[in-house]
Formats: sequence, C-alpha cells, structure tokens
Amino acid sequence: MDVFKKLKEFYWPHKRHFILSIIFLFVMTLITIVYPIILQITIDDVVGQGRYGLIPYLAFGFIGIMAIKGIATFISQYNGDLFGIIAVYDLRERLYDKLQSLPFQYYDNAKTGDIMSRLTADVEGFRFFLSFGFAELIRLVLLLIVTTGVMLYYSVPLTIVTMLSIPFLAIAVFKFDKKVHPAFRGVRKSFGKLNTNVQENISGINTVKSLSREEHQIDKFNSSNQDYKEKYLFTSDVWAKYFPLMEFLGNVSVVMLLGYGGYLVVNDSLTAGELTAFYSLVGFIIWPIMNLGFTINQFSQSKASGERLLEILEAEETITEKPDAIEMTRSEGVVEFKNVTLRYTEDDEKAINNISFKVESGKTIGLIGATGSGKTSVTQLMTRFYEPTEGSVLIDGREVSDYTLRSLRKNVGFVLQESFLFSSTIKANIAFGRPEATMDEIISAAKKAEAHDFIMEMPDGYDTMLGERGLGLSGGQKQRIAIARAICLDPSILILDDATSAVDMQTEFNIQKALKEVMKGRTTFIIAHRISSLKHADEIFVFENGEITHRGTHEELIKLEGQYKRIYDIQYKDQKALSATGMR
Amino acid sequence: MSSEAQKRIQNRFKYSTDQVIEKPFNWTQLWRLFRYLKPYSKKLLPLSIIMVLITTAIRLVIPILIGMYVIDEAIAGKDGNLLMQLVGVIAGLYIVNYVANVFRIKWMNILGQSVIYDLRKHLFTHVQWLSNRFFDKRSAGSILVRIMNDINSLQELFTNGVINLLMDILMLMGIFVVLFTISPELALAVMIVLPAMFLISTKLRKKIRRSWQTVRLKQSKLNSHLNESLQGMRITQSFTQEKENAQYFEGVNNETFESWRDATKKNATFRPLVEMTNAVGSAILIWYGATLIQGGSLEIGEFVTFAFLIGMFWEPISRLGMVYNQLLMGMASSERIFEFLDEQPNVAEKKDAIELKQIKGDVKFDGVDFAYSGDRKALDGINLDIKAGETIALVGHTGSGKTTIANMITRFYDPTAGSIKMDGHDLRDVSLRSLRSQISIVLQDTFIFSGTIKDNIRFGFPHASDQQLIEAAKAVGAHGFIEKLPKGYDTEVEERGNILSVGERQLISFARALLADPRIIILDEATASIDTETEVVIQKALNTLLEGRTAVIIAHRLSTIRDADRIYVLDHGHLMESGNHDELMKHKGIYQGLVHSQFTVQQNHAG
Repeated sequence: MDVFKKLKEFYWPHKRHFILSIIFLFVMTLITIVYPIILQITIDDVVGQGRYGLIPYLAFGFIGIMAIKGIATFISQYNGDLFGIIAVYDLRERLYDKLQSLPFQYYDNAKTGDIMSRLTADVEGFRFFLSFGFAELIRLVLLLIVTTGVMLYYSVPLTIVTMLSIPFLAIAVFKFDKKVHPAFRGVRKSFGKLNTNVQENISGINTVKSLSREEHQIDKFNSSNQDYKEKYLFTSDVWAKYFPLMEFLGNVSVVMLLGYGGYLVVNDSLTAGELTAFYSLVGFIIWPIMNLGFTINQFSQSKASGERLLEILEAEETITEKPDAIEMTRSEGVVEFKNVTLRYTEDDEKAINNISFKVESGKTIGLIGATGSGKTSVTQLMTRFYEPTEGSVLIDGREVSDYTLRSLRKNVGFVLQESFLFSSTIKANIAFGRPEATMDEIISAAKKAEAHDFIMEMPDGYDTMLGERGLGLSGGQKQRIAIARAICLDPSILILDDATSAVDMQTEFNIQKALKEVMKGRTTFIIAHRISSLKHADEIFVFENGEITHRGTHEELIKLEGQYKRIYDIQYKDQKALSATGMR
Repeated sequence: MSSEAQKRIQNRFKYSTDQVIEKPFNWTQLWRLFRYLKPYSKKLLPLSIIMVLITTAIRLVIPILIGMYVIDEAIAGKDGNLLMQLVGVIAGLYIVNYVANVFRIKWMNILGQSVIYDLRKHLFTHVQWLSNRFFDKRSAGSILVRIMNDINSLQELFTNGVINLLMDILMLMGIFVVLFTISPELALAVMIVLPAMFLISTKLRKKIRRSWQTVRLKQSKLNSHLNESLQGMRITQSFTQEKENAQYFEGVNNETFESWRDATKKNATFRPLVEMTNAVGSAILIWYGATLIQGGSLEIGEFVTFAFLIGMFWEPISRLGMVYNQLLMGMASSERIFEFLDEQPNVAEKKDAIELKQIKGDVKFDGVDFAYSGDRKALDGINLDIKAGETIALVGHTGSGKTTIANMITRFYDPTAGSIKMDGHDLRDVSLRSLRSQISIVLQDTFIFSGTIKDNIRFGFPHASDQQLIEAAKAVGAHGFIEKLPKGYDTEVEERGNILSVGERQLISFARALLADPRIIILDEATASIDTETEVVIQKALNTLLEGRTAVIIAHRLSTIRDADRIYVLDHGHLMESGNHDELMKHKGIYQGLVHSQFTVQQNHAG
C-alpha cells in the first residue's frame, strides 16, 4: 500500500467523487436484491394467495425503485470514472513537468520507448484501478454479504446446500488466475517481439533489399508470427479449460438448488416464489466471484504501475538553481574553464580531464578531435547540462551555477549534430526558442542560415508543416533550419556542434560565409571534423582523450607537427594531388 | 496571458490526428476479408458452429425445463420422483454444455488466430517484396501500424465476432419462438420494450462510440506530443522552452480530460437506461402475467420461464451492437490493409526467369530511359559499358540520376526504354534473387539490426563459419575494435547500433558486404560526420572490399573518384562526360568545373 500512499496527493484531493461513488454504489447494490424479492412476492402472495390487488403497487413500485437504481448507477459510475480521470490529469501534468526538468544525464540512460510505456500503459493501469478496481472490490463484498443475508433469511439449509460448490468455484478462479496471467504476459512479450521484428525490418529495409535478404526476413517473421499464435492459443487453452469449468461449478449450484429446493417445496417447507428468488440470487454472486481474480490482479498490476510512475516522479534532479540565483542579462560572452574535470557517472572514465581556458568576448573558437575526445562535453558544461565533477565553469566572471538556468541558457544558442525538428510549421521551428519573434526576424535568421531559398520553394513556404522528426526534408535542410533556430535566439554565445556535417561542400561554404556575419559580436564555439570549417577561428583547441593537447591559430598548429597537422595532411592530400594534376 | 500568446501556445505543435477509426459498411470489402476464412470452412468453422449451436440450445432449454416442468409439473404436482429425474436431466445438459464450451472456446480461438496469422503473413510477405519507392514514401511507423495494429484490430472480429453474431441471432430467434409458443399475448405485451432496447443499442451506443473516438484521437495527440517532447528534450532544454511546452501540454491534457469526461458521462447513462427498459419489461410481465394467471390462461411455471427468458433478452441485442461496432472498425483497418495488398512491386519476375550462375560483372546500359512518374525523365538515353572488375564513379548534383542508375543495376526499377544487360543477359529475363544475391549495396547510413555483432556481419551470408566471419572483419580492419568490446563478436548491439560510432558501423557494413562476397558492389557514399582518422581507416578498408569486383561508386570524396577506372558525369538524367580523372581534367568540361569549385571552396576557407 506504500505506493498508493505515496501517490495519494494525486487522487485523495478528489475523494469527494470517490465517496459519492461508493455511497451510490451501496444504494445500487441494495436495490439489485429487490428484484428477486418482488418476484417472490408476485409468485407467493399474488398468485399463490390470490392477492391480485397488490399487482399495481408491485409493478409501479418496481419501476420506481428501478428508476432510483438507475440514477444511483449513473452517479456512482460517473463519479467513479471521474475520480480516476481527474487523478490521471494531475498525474500527467506532474510527470510532464518532472520530465522537463530532469537533466541530460537522466536521458542518457533512459529509453524513449520505456518512458512512453510508463506514461501511457502505467498511467492507464493506475487510472483503471482508481476508476473501477476499488469500487469493484467494494461492490463484490457488499453483494456477497447482502445476497447471502437474503438467502439465509429465506432458508438456512438451502443456502448451505446452494453454497456448497462456491469453495470449489473460488479454487478454480484462483487457479485460473494463477495460470492465465503468466500466459497473458507471454502473449504480450511475443507480440512485442513480433513488433520489434517488423519494425526493424522496415527501418532496415534498404539493407535487407541491398543484400537481398527478403526470404530470410520472411522466415524470421514467420517464426515470430507463429510464436505469437502459439502463445495466444496457449492462453486461450487456459480459458477453454477454466472458464467452462467455472460456469459449470456455478451451474452445479443451480442443480443443487433445484434438487434440494424443489424437494423442500414439495414438502411444503419452502414456497415456489422463494425458490425462484433463490435462483435469481445465485446468479448475482457467481459472476462477481468469477471476476474476483481479475479485480485482484488489477490491483497488483496497478501497484506495479504506480511503482514505475514513482520511479520517474522520484528521479533526482541533479541540476537545480540556487535559491539566490541571479538573472543573467545580456551576457558579454566571456567563458572561462578553471581546472575542469567531468565524469558522466562515477564508474566512467574522465570525459574531460583538468581543462582550463579563457575565451574573451566575441572570439571564435574551433574544437577538433576524435569522437569521444571531450569536445561536446565542454560545450554542454557551459549551459549546465552537466555539472563539472571538479573545477569551475564561469561566464562573465561568475560561476554558471550562480545564474538562473533559464537566463543562462537563453544566452547560449546550440546547434546540435542531430538536428531535431518538431512537428510544427517551419516558422514555428525557427522561432522555437523565441516564440514571440516577428516574421521579419524569422526570415532574417533563415537567410543567414542559407535556408530562406529552399523554404520559399516549399508549397507553403514558412507555413509548411514538418512531419515527425522533420520528415520531408533532407539532412542538410534540417541542419540549416536548426542553424536558423539558433540564430533566431540571438544568443551571446553560439555553439555549432558539427552543424554542417550533412550539407554538401558548396552549401557549407555558403553557410560559413553567412555565419561570419552572425558571429560578429558573439562568442562562438565550432566543433567540426573538417579543417575547412574551423580554419578561420581565432583559436583552435585540439582535443585528445579529454584534454586539450594543443591550442593556437591554424597557422601556428600546422607548424607544430602534432595531431592537427596530421589531420590537415590527410584532408588536404586530395587537394595537393589535384594541384599537381588539374591545376597546372 | 494575451489571447494572441495563448493562440501561439496552442499552435505550437501540430499532430496529424485525422485518422478515421471507422468506415461505412462495405460488402465487397467484407467479402474479401471473409475469404480468409475459406481454408477453415471444411472443418474448423463448421465444428465451431456446431458447438455454438449446442450451447445456445442448452441455454434456451434450461429455463423451459425449470419453469414449465420442474415448477409446473414436479413441484406443483408434488411429484418428488419427477423432480429428481428433471434435475438429473438438467445436470446432464449442464455437463454437455461444459464440454461443448471447452471445444467452442478452443476452436473459435484457433480459427480466429489462424486467420490473423494468415492475414499478417500475407501482408508482411507482400510488403517485403515491394520496391524501395514504396518505403521511401512512407514513414516506418505508418507501415508498422498496419502490419501490427490494424491486423490486431481484426482479431476480436474473427475470434468472437463472427460466431457470436450467429449465436446471438439464433438466441434471439429462439427466445422469440419460445415466448410466442408459451403465450402470444404476454409475449407481445412484453415486447413493447423491444424498440426501446434497439434504440439504445444503436442510437445511444453510436453516440457513445463517437465520443470514445474523440477521446482516442485526443489521446493519440497527447501521446504524439509526449513522444516527440521526449525525443526533443535536449533541444527544449537548450532553448529553455520548458515553460512554453508545459503550457502547451496543459492544453492537450485538458482537451483529453474534457473529451473523456464527456464520454464517461454519456457512457454512464447507458446501463441505467438499459436497466430501466428491462424494469419496464419486468413490470409489464408481473402485471399482465399475474392477470393472465388469475384468468387461468398461464401457468406459474410458464411465468417463471418468461421471467428468465426476458432476462436473457438484453445480452444478445447488446452484443449484436458490439459486433456491429467491431465490423465498422474492422472496415477501416481492412481498407488500410487492402491498400497495401493492392500495391504492386515495380518489377515483376518472369515465369521462366533464368537463374544466373556466378556472374563476371559486366554491366551494359543501352539507351536507357527512365521516369519515376509522368514525363519527367530521371534518365535519358544512358549508355554505360562497365567491364568486370572495373571501378567506376558516378558524379553529379543531387537529382542528376546517380542513385537511379544504381537502383536499376539491382533491378529495383525497369527501364522505360532501352535495356540493361548483365553478362549479356537482359535483367528482365533473370530471376531477381539470383541477380540481387550477387550485388551488394553499401550504404553510408548502415542499419545495424539488434543481435550480436556476429549476426550482423553474417546478415548477408548466414552460413558463414566463425572463421570466415573473423577473416572478413580482419580484412576491413574491424577486428580490432570488435575485440575490444565487452563480449567481442558476441556483444549485443541494439537497433541502430547505439554502442557503435558511425565509423564502426560503416566498417561492420563493409565486413558484411565482404562476407556476402558479391560480384558487384554499389557504394553510396553520402556526406556524413566521421572524424578524419576514421575516414582513413575506412578508405583503406574500402580498397580491400573493392578488390577484384565490379564497383559502382556514387562519389563525393575526391580520393575515391580520382582512383576510379572511369568517371561518368551526369546532369539531369543525361550522361555528359566519361573518362578517367586525368582525361576529364584535360577535357576541361563539367568535371573539371566541379573539381575546381570544390577546390575553390577550400581555398576560400583558407583565406
């Protein structure tokens, strides 16, 4: 119950709905029992004793009481549902806010699919229990007590005889439940596998086709498909075995009732009406008992769901603002690292090892080095996406942790290697960081990023809708929109993380030319593999294994005979060869 | 917040949620769908139906036995022996019912699952052989949804729907017959509520269904946004848009909540209304039934039978409504499924297609024209003569026809005019499998399947021994980094190969291609982000891979172009120039211009 206690804040404030639901549930259940009683009175008193004058009262009384039941049912069901829905509304709101504030580190280890399944299936599991589970349990207990009470009132021995099969039914329910859930899990797992199988096949269809592996893929699919069918049929076999059995055990009650009850009637110790009423009452308790397993399972599942939701809600927000954090106004763009070391997790090797540098306002810095050498980590420390393990990062002479996160990040524009675009118009994507930007500002940003021309060629220009992950644009076009998005923010510090890798050389050249204009008055960090992209930087940092091994201008570094020179030689070999042949 | 700002927040993201969940009834489509039942029409289907008939009959007979025999005869006549006999008969019927139910559930599920299995297999196999163009036009997600979800939504229809339909119609008819036989006037009186029941089951249910659909649409919008916001979380945080996103989400969340509340409200009226009509029916039964008994035209046991049967009335009517629902939803799903099944592959294999033996790798294009659609020619009068073992490069801007040529060598498309010959055989005459199995395309964006590294290298040639596999990896220089992985060749990589870098993935794809040992390699060398040192390794691996094979390279890197035996320069589907690097540089045509412009770019950067 610990889970439900911890999640109490989401549903308990709405207890009004729950209590209403339960009260009317009580009314509803009591009235349910009325039908067999009226049947009994009709048979025994009206027909048996010929008191036909009672009929209108019975008929209208019955309709009246059923009308009350109808209203009670409505109120109970509606409020029960509402109780769950409102709780889920609050819960989603909180989860969303939480996810927005979780640090990069959290997302490094989390899979989107996993979080999504928590946000959908687990939220739903939790709601289902709040809406139906609680109420169902209470209803079941009520129904059992009241029904048994009425039956005992009519005839104690008959009640006992009728109830003889109930323990067996309970055992069957229990056993069924124990078997069917693992079977269901098997079905779900198999379906998941089949799903992954198909998804992978479609995502990798180019590879499949290029190696003509279609037949092999079909075989693989067939075996998953077969497995799913088998798992499903295994589950349905459990159903086929237990469900008729449970029904049969319920029917045994009926047979016992008829046999013994009929015998009692023949011997005049029971009336025909009472027997009929008994028959109806038995029907009321058998179904809920068969459902009991389902409800109990629902409870344990929603508990597990609650646990998974709590894992998100209780995830640590490692990066928080100081209580006295100050607003950064327009930054000057002075960036300083003092003996900074970074480990992503405790067991990881150092991503950055004791780095120190100072960049003056308005300078352009190039960062070069192999994948994983620490270039990106350096830029992510400036915006506090991660916290340094040791040392300090300063902007405009103050530690970055002194500023409010929002004002700090507003001053830094990022263009990441993988240019993620949102499902929205091109216009909205460019204005993403500054939704209030005017159309002129948006167009000007697009022009600077060399994106204006191809945007204008689109059917709806800036109002063109981009699909999921920018579907419909080439890699280079996406990158240029991502660059425009950063420019539109008008940041003091601009970070281009391998931002032009997907565009061809001519476009890259054009972007570079335009960026020169953009970089004026901003501190810029360019991460790139091509020397041509960062050659003109004021200073170039060469990264190796988390350290800056060399720094200087292009000309200085070429003279140094280090890693930079080596990269330069490889990249410019072609050109030299060309000058040897073509440029004569 | 100003109304304009509010509007901006609401329009922040747009998700296409215009999916239709149900479609109008369509008999042709239904017939096509039901044809999947045909393989089972000899045994499984009739057997299931027999079981359904048995259980339905028993359910009808028992109330009659209890009311008209147990109560009227045995109890009213105080006949203890008859009572025990009847109870024995009823017990016997229940046992039969039990057995029939076991087989009914079993067989109905086998039937349903077999149909679903067949349908899914048919769809997947069909899609698998469709052309690249089919996949280019659609997102992976939309194809996945059809193969998985749309087919699943037919599951219920085939497992329970069809047979329940039968059972319910029989049940209703049975109840009618029995009621009218016992007492026509009472039956008529009680059936006054029937129109009301039908009305609730159709009209109200339709309203409820619609509002649940709205809920689903809103939920799918909410989920689309959640999914996207998770994937774009780094961007959101970089641009500090958490607050704005939260405001947007609040709107979506609220929409969902409101639609849900509305649906719940409508839904909650359903049961009370049904019970009310039942109550009216029961009241009529009590009143009129008692009057009839008073008049002596009805026995008390018949009255009880009536009461039970009326109680059984609602269930089939309600379920008929449900099956109708399933059918409507099934219509939408099956329409989408059939849309895919009706897609034809771009190229068809001849019945008497020749199996190519080991090819040499001579490729000849003879006056090849090609248009993807309409008049715009992607290729116009292309003549190429590639000799076995040569490396040729295709150069030109995006849209010049480079990729089209590559796709035609593997016969993903047939030329609209002219012919393509492989070792002298027209491609249209040979079997696709024997052709494609000898050609490998190495893509820059290599897809890594989930499984071990070993499985991935073996992908093109599953029978390769570990020895062969390691040799291939060594040959392309992938052995080194694979050995360093925690479990070496048995390391599990996830989809898209998260733990591998771009360069490493590329090397694996080289090893994969080398192991498949194709005669022809097509290399699509798009620009991508690889650090320079890795690029050198890849270049070296490439030389190993291409050795002794015919290679067609769609090239960007000067180094690969320069070493090619021949370079074809393309422009808007026309072949403009051909020759080796030196010849083309001397020719001072387009190629020389291209090379110079690249060079100038680099020069300018330097300056």
